[in-house]
Amino acid sequence: MSIETTHLGVILIIAIMALVTLATRWGGPFLMSFVTINPRVESFINTMASSVLIAILTPMAFTGDLGAKLALATTAILMLVLHKPLPAIAGGILAAAATRYFL
Amino acid sequence: MTTSPATYRLDPAQVRAEFLRLLPISLFVVAFGAAFGLAAVQKGIVPLEGTLMSVLVFAGASQFAALELWGDQVALLPLIAITFAINSRHLLMGASLYPMLRQMPTAQRYGILLVLTDANWAVAAQDYQNGRRNLEVILGGGVVLWMAWLIGTLLGVYFGGLLQDPKSLGLDMVLGCFLLSMALGGRKNPRVIVAWIVAGTAAMMAYWWLPPHTHVVVGALAGGAVGFFWLEHKSDEH
Repeated sequence: MSIETTHLGVILIIAIMALVTLATRWGGPFLMSFVTINPRVESFINTMASSVLIAILTPMAFTGDLGAKLALATTAILMLVLHKPLPAIAGGILAAAATRYFL
Repeated sequence: MTTSPATYRLDPAQVRAEFLRLLPISLFVVAFGAAFGLAAVQKGIVPLEGTLMSVLVFAGASQFAALELWGDQVALLPLIAITFAINSRHLLMGASLYPMLRQMPTAQRYGILLVLTDANWAVAAQDYQNGRRNLEVILGGGVVLWMAWLIGTLLGVYFGGLLQDPKSLGLDMVLGCFLLSMALGGRKNPRVIVAWIVAGTAAMMAYWWLPPHTHVVVGALAGGAVGFFWLEHKSDEH
């Protein structure tokens, strides 16, 4: 099944995307409301929380270009040294831009 | 029930403070919104439609992916499947906030989740790891990020030529560097490190061998499993 990209069709496409995305935003807490929170469940969701970040970042680091890899490496080093996110992020972006400019 | 249902009251001053806290990072989001707006009009989407998509969907990666499907027609099932797969990480993000969210009235709980996205969630999750309850950043930070995404999209659909190549400026790495700084700012102990290694390994295996866009959920659940089986010591002591 397909939707034609007429004006009305595009509105329908947007509505469908919005509803699916809303379901993902609401679905987690909704499903959790049926789960009894015990220490084991709490440990699961706490560990899962930082694992989400790692799962997003690992493919970026593995499959990104040299600029992407150096950006992440720079951010990691600055964050571990300075413990301040903003300079770490700025350094990472600068590293990506510089790498792509010079190489 | 392990705890009595204490109440979580959003502090308006704190909401404003979190709005300002994420203001710097939202400036980069403007650049990405502009890149999306430009890409949308290049696909033949009219400015108003592109803007409406950013207002209502507010999930950049899935919006870019929808453009990949664009033509005279858009296939419905792939559209739904891809949107769901890319945004399914929200399920886990929302679930991870549940210990705090459940202490809040239902309408407020689902209200603030309207603007749940990677960056404001990452701050809330990091604060929670460090022992601070911060749902204000979901609302305040979410609103500033949503506004930035909207403003960026408007700039892109009307003045797209301004930002032809965000990658050359390193702007494609903003979210990655931001999320990495959040991960490294949280608590680190052997249990967390093992979970990260498991999560990263599982994510890469899913990235290579499973259907596209499943790696985030697979990796996160694998990392969570480490926490499920390996509890922190203080919970074992009694």
